[in-house]
Amino acid sequence: MLRWILGGREAQSSVEKNSVLCIGEDQPKNCFTELQVLKGHFDIVRFLVQIDDFRCASAGDDGLVLVWNIETGERLQELRGHSQQITAIATFTCNNGHTSYTSLITASSDRSLSLWNPDTGNRVQTISDLQSSVKCLLVLERLCLWLSGGEELCVWNKDFQLQCQRQNHSDTGITALIELPKNCVAAAMDKEIVIYRLMVAADSSVSVAEIRCLSDHQDQIRALINVNDGLFVSGSHVGELILWDATEWNVLAYEHILWEEPQSCAQAEIRLAAPKPSEMSIQHLSTNGRLILAAVGSGLYVYSVLTKTVVAYRKLAHDSNVLHTMLLSDSELMSCSEDGSVRMWEIQDLPLPAEPASSGFFGMWTFGRSNKQTGPPPKKVMEIPNIRMLELTGDLIGHSGAVQMFVSFKENGLVTCSTDHLLILWKNGERQSHLRSLALFKKLEESGGL
Amino acid sequence: MIGSPDVVAFTKEDEYSQANPDLWVLPEEFSVPLHPLADSNPWAKTSYAKFTKDFILISEFSEQVGPQPLLTIPDDPKICGTFDLNYFSLRIMSVDYQASFVGHPPGSGYPRLSFVEDSRVVLGDSKEGAFAYVHHLTLYDLEARGFVRPFCMAYVSADERKIMLQFQELSLRFSQASEYLKAGNRRAFAKELQRKLRDLEYTHSVLQREEGLQREAGPQCMYSAHAVEKANELANVEKSIYEHRDLLRQISSYHRHPRRDPHAVTCQKCITECLSECEELLEKYAKFSGPFSYANRAGTEEERQGRTEIEGVEEEEDEAIKRRLSYTPQLIKAKSAKCFDKRLKTLKELCDETFYEATMELLKETERSFRGDLCYLHTRRLDRALRKKLRVTDFLFEEDLGHDDEEDVGILRPFCAVNHAADNYTLQNPPHIVLGPEPVELEALEHPDPQDPVSETGHTPESELRLGQGQMDSSPSDQTLETQESSEETKGSFSSDKSGVGPAEKPQSVASIKSVAPDPDPDPDPDSDLTPDPKHNTDLERESSSEELETTGGEDENDGDQTPVSLLEVVSELEASREDECEGLAAEVHSDLLVPIDAACCMAQEGFLYEASAPETAPHQPSQVLVVNQEPHALLPIQNDYTVGSPCSESPTTGLELPVGVLCDAVSHAEDGSDCTMSASTGSDRAASPIGYGGVVTLRQRRRAGQGALRFVRQYPFAIQALWCLLSGRTLVVLGADEGRVRRLVAALALFVPAPGKCGERIQAWLSCPFTLTDLQRWKLIGLQRVASPVGSSMLYSLSRYSRYIAILDADQKTLRCPAYHGKLLSNIADHRTYIRRGSTYFLHLQGTLCRLAAKAFLYTFTHHFHLTVSFMEGPEVVEGRRRCFLQEQLGLSEEDSQILLYLSQLITQQYLHPSTGSSSAAPCFSFNYTTSLLYKI
Repeated sequence: MLRWILGGREAQSSVEKNSVLCIGEDQPKNCFTELQVLKGHFDIVRFLVQIDDFRCASAGDDGLVLVWNIETGERLQELRGHSQQITAIATFTCNNGHTSYTSLITASSDRSLSLWNPDTGNRVQTISDLQSSVKCLLVLERLCLWLSGGEELCVWNKDFQLQCQRQNHSDTGITALIELPKNCVAAAMDKEIVIYRLMVAADSSVSVAEIRCLSDHQDQIRALINVNDGLFVSGSHVGELILWDATEWNVLAYEHILWEEPQSCAQAEIRLAAPKPSEMSIQHLSTNGRLILAAVGSGLYVYSVLTKTVVAYRKLAHDSNVLHTMLLSDSELMSCSEDGSVRMWEIQDLPLPAEPASSGFFGMWTFGRSNKQTGPPPKKVMEIPNIRMLELTGDLIGHSGAVQMFVSFKENGLVTCSTDHLLILWKNGERQSHLRSLALFKKLEESGGL
Repeated sequence: MIGSPDVVAFTKEDEYSQANPDLWVLPEEFSVPLHPLADSNPWAKTSYAKFTKDFILISEFSEQVGPQPLLTIPDDPKICGTFDLNYFSLRIMSVDYQASFVGHPPGSGYPRLSFVEDSRVVLGDSKEGAFAYVHHLTLYDLEARGFVRPFCMAYVSADERKIMLQFQELSLRFSQASEYLKAGNRRAFAKELQRKLRDLEYTHSVLQREEGLQREAGPQCMYSAHAVEKANELANVEKSIYEHRDLLRQISSYHRHPRRDPHAVTCQKCITECLSECEELLEKYAKFSGPFSYANRAGTEEERQGRTEIEGVEEEEDEAIKRRLSYTPQLIKAKSAKCFDKRLKTLKELCDETFYEATMELLKETERSFRGDLCYLHTRRLDRALRKKLRVTDFLFEEDLGHDDEEDVGILRPFCAVNHAADNYTLQNPPHIVLGPEPVELEALEHPDPQDPVSETGHTPESELRLGQGQMDSSPSDQTLETQESSEETKGSFSSDKSGVGPAEKPQSVASIKSVAPDPDPDPDPDSDLTPDPKHNTDLERESSSEELETTGGEDENDGDQTPVSLLEVVSELEASREDECEGLAAEVHSDLLVPIDAACCMAQEGFLYEASAPETAPHQPSQVLVVNQEPHALLPIQNDYTVGSPCSESPTTGLELPVGVLCDAVSHAEDGSDCTMSASTGSDRAASPIGYGGVVTLRQRRRAGQGALRFVRQYPFAIQALWCLLSGRTLVVLGADEGRVRRLVAALALFVPAPGKCGERIQAWLSCPFTLTDLQRWKLIGLQRVASPVGSSMLYSLSRYSRYIAILDADQKTLRCPAYHGKLLSNIADHRTYIRRGSTYFLHLQGTLCRLAAKAFLYTFTHHFHLTVSFMEGPEVVEGRRRCFLQEQLGLSEEDSQILLYLSQLITQQYLHPSTGSSSAAPCFSFNYTTSLLYKI
């Protein structure tokens, strides 16, 4: 496509060297046929959080938090107050009796924490002059408490009162926090996962005790998520994926994802250089309870929790690092990347070897092998017949910078945010058209004719 | 339209006796003669008019030189051509029906101001081929005879029926203009009265002191001749003070005067403002204010009689006083100045500057809105009336009508020249009542417009100083009458003989005059002077103008010999246009656009004229029968095709003789009604073309774009794909290195962009930086610069990145990259073997097609069953099926054609839900679909 514009003189090497799938413009399975560009931020937009069925909040390096109506694309509120970039954002739903009420907690580099009312745009609570900036937030709705993690771990109640505080010995601080059963919390600190237990005394005072330190990772932990009630998973910078038992805190499975060159290259001596760590870094993990989707470098890796095996993977799913992923269903997933695109994938069964397959696929037909170093012995992936493939079903191109994150509102659409300061609202054109027709006839009825 | 024989045939008696009329044969009145006479153009009826298009003429009945034209709108000598404005001024000023009488009415001691209502007359001069709506009005001037200056504004057209049928609206607009002028004039008059009163009081005080001195000197000289003279003078001054005070009272009571004129609605704010001003003045001069108020200064200035010096000396003399009194009173000479010594005020001076400008604006606007011939005006009006009802789909392919609304509102709202509602300027800085020397300086700074006789005489500083010179009683002088006569003679000699014109036309025009206003004065003597002698004329003209110049104190401008100048200009214009033709493009478009529109207009005209019940026409006058029975004039001269043979262009050097030759020609051709040379000789200028008559600039541009679009369609075999992309909402990027070519392509393709916005906001003609997704959302047609630089590569990157949303037309390599189109809907507007040759034809063809498309989209959008379920039983797939059935089977649209309709429907929906997109804070939606693009090559 580019070639004819350039007059054919330009080298095609870049195109041919690039083995990333290019789906082309014909995407029958892509239902996002309408978009709205939402402007308002002045810097990189890093976070998106869903407030309710039709609202989402975006936050970024400009310290602004904007609340959007994703049905109309209107900007509902503009939450101003932070002077520096937002480092974490979370929703806090307070369920007092019959009404549930959602507010937003934000943390910023200006070492402050704020509680916002997204309906009015008011800053309800604010705490400034923290000792360090908060890197992650965890809301324990069951206990009506929330935790902030940075260089220290703080526990707050819903009225923004500090319940207890715990200093860390690690200099990197807490990068991720998840909730575990039995009032436990797992915090990722550099290469370790520390398990804390919250103890609520009779006078409702809260204390935190460190129970366990899990140091099975070889490198910095990049992602830490809950899979289901009994499992959680962590991923490290060098591609280690460890599945943990949530109550016993022991390793259930260990995968070291090393993108290997295809076996077809007999000249094994050529691949002397080990893959760069960034190519294997687990940037993001997502799960639906049965499958774990890991963003590894610029590739995707789907791991089944039940069989503890890899289901499907693609080493080069994007042109650049994958930043955010999501499992839409057991077979559909979505990823966004620094290359500015969002891609939708489908986990499909392999075609029979006899069938002619597209060269695009076979060109990068690879069998990676999970290479175990320690931990439980992995099954031989190679021999598993039921490995499936990730087929690209569509891509969304609109952002001119890296797509940081996206939030799906199911049939209402998809919101993406990017370093180009924009949010894009992707919608199903047919559905929108139908909604507009409804509105039209409603208005027609109200005004009693044209 | 086609000619009177056809009309006769249509109305012949044996029409009903025809045995079996063939239903398929066109009625005769619709048939076009297959072989028209070689020298006759059926569309262009001869008009004898020597001007090329309608104009507005403002004339004055000057007490010094008689009727004289002051200015024309548009202010372009080419417009009038050889038309004798002086003569026509005489004609129109001679039918002044204002019930005016001035001077001292019996029984009142003071001169009375007459509050005359304007009169409206339609006047025809069949010899000149000119008809005019004439609006007479009277302005007040302290220095004028009887304090009044008769003026008239005339809308001059060669089409009588145009004036008759537009009478109401013309009347409305000119009344408005007249109100502007009169409101300003009252204000200025009050100011002048005030100044005069000051002068008089000052004079009075001086005289009183002198008398006192004399009285002191001794009783022996009490009854000397000198003393008696002084006493008389004093009495005179006192009398005139009373008179002026009374005038001031009268002018301020103007608004209490009942108006008979239904059109005379004035702005309430203006009235109150003016009233309060006048009352303030009245208050000031209610009593014979201190007779000695200026006595202290009188002594020093007594001897200074030269008025012109006073100002200058004063300035040095007493700055403090001057600052306090912004106007220095002057001594009034008892002896009245000669009528011709003084310079009469110009129209601009007579009316307040603001009001004058507002009037000119209004008249210009009027001139613009009446451009075009009757059928054009009528069809445009019909068109607009129709489109007002089509607001829902109107925005798609039609140019904006927004300002039409304002027009209607403007007529209905009370007239206010200074626009009190919107314009705060006059409120913040009300004009000073006391005029100082500053305005003079200001005026002197202005560049006098050489074309404008008003400004010509108005900018000499000393003329301002003479203002105080006016005498109290301006008696009718013989001089004036003489001038009037001589000027009449002048005009008479210039008016060419047209014996060829039968007397048959005269009664008609007279009758038409009578229909509007009782006309005691028919046409001037047709046999007045049979010797057309241009040289003599110009000499006379020069004489009269030089006479005028003498009185005004020297100006180098000479407006007397307009005629030859304008002719020469016509010639040069002709040459210029021919050069243009050599250049090709523009002129070709020009001429192309012309003819079919004429034809269409003429077609429409017939039906319109005989259809008395047409709702849009102004209420018909009793004269309607007379008017309708006349042979229709097609007034638009056919241009360019006929210019070549015109004597005018052949002999530019003999410019002075030309009018005669042309006229003889005209006379010789007068019978058969095909005076092409005439119209050609004067009608060659560009401004007179029917494109110019369009008025709406965008429409004109769109028509011109029609030629470009036609060329695009004929040149590129893949034009149909490009048009489909535009119509189905896919942004088309025109990529090219040459700005001109890209811009031309964009201008041509802009015709196909649905809902381009009021001023084409959705089109970006030339972009030289990489575009973003937001740009794609905003613009539907982009001209993109191809550059070989880092910027260029990033641009190419954005092109390839967003390639799924756009179609790319490479103007340099002549390729188009866009999805495939297999529909048939566009084949009739994008057929590269089309037989349409003219851009305007193609434009109309296109308009028709697009209009049908819009209608289909409207139907689709507002048909409930295509979008919503009828009952609970049926699912969405039933609706989908109905929709598909409608699109594919009933409308016979293919998949791609349906996309056009869906896109238009989406636009209609959006427009209906959010009439003004600016109001909703939400970002606009951008729809697209994922289909493979193909590369088309030429």
